[in-house]
Amino acid sequence: MKCTVRITISLKKGMLDPEARAIRHALENLGFATEALSTARVFLVTMEAASKAAAAAQAAKMCERLLANPVIHRYEIEVLK
Amino acid sequence: MRFAVVRFGGSNCDRDTWHVLQEVLGVDTDLVWYKEGLPRGYDAVVLPGGFSYGDYLRAGAIAARTPVMQDIQRHVQEGKLVLGICNGAQMSAEAGFVEGTFAVNAYPKFLCRPVHLRVETVSSPFTSRFREGEVIRLPIAHKEGRFITPPETMAALNREHRVAFRFCDEKGKVSEATNHNGSLESVTGVLGQFRNVLALMPHPERASEEVLGSVDGRRIFESMIRHVEIEG
Repeated sequence: MKCTVRITISLKKGMLDPEARAIRHALENLGFATEALSTARVFLVTMEAASKAAAAAQAAKMCERLLANPVIHRYEIEVLK
Repeated sequence: MRFAVVRFGGSNCDRDTWHVLQEVLGVDTDLVWYKEGLPRGYDAVVLPGGFSYGDYLRAGAIAARTPVMQDIQRHVQEGKLVLGICNGAQMSAEAGFVEGTFAVNAYPKFLCRPVHLRVETVSSPFTSRFREGEVIRLPIAHKEGRFITPPETMAALNREHRVAFRFCDEKGKVSEATNHNGSLESVTGVLGQFRNVLALMPHPERASEEVLGSVDGRRIFESMIRHVEIEG
């Protein structure tokens, strides 16, 4: 079956997010008060897989091998269809 | 003695590095396109600076997963030398040749300036031509150079004297004021587990001739040459 997986890569808790800090500052300049802001990266991956669970497992391997850097990142996987 | 400089699409310090090795220091040096793999045996491989794959995903991440890296991994396992400079340092970390990673600078801006570095260990193939604690001057040019590692790894790096260089002031004092990119403990040059890999954010090839204002970088290459001469 064809599965589409959404992979979200974000920084682990406590990691400095300089980009988020700069964006928050820019929002503040525009008059938007924010309490917290973090950035994440989303990948939509479509693949052929035996089941949704198999697609999720394959996506996890992609994260481990390339998409995430285990020193700084965490990842979430959601099978969309 | 033979060195290789491996170039990827987006490498832009490859010829500068080749020039210093081949034309300034007289080492037989091949410029190798990454698709060729490592065509013959080398005593040292240099991964040069630049923007391989446009820094897509993370700086060095995609280059670190090209087939040539498996050849370089074997070269590392044989105890031969790898020097990763700037983007090459990022690749070395992404490939697991050294621990830790180089993340976006604490202030997320491209930094291009000469900096002072303190030599933290002289017992490595890359630093034997320095004195311990010596202050040298090399340029940095990066946006993703903030060294990070979990605390237990940092403790091991310190214990095993695998920090090669830290940012410092002109007198050798290390403090947050001279920590240009916000690196953990101001680390900007780190050795691999067997000391035969150095991942270095500053650019020694840009400080290897008098005309460029500093020749401190040359001693990194000279240390490598001496190591190969002694170890064969």
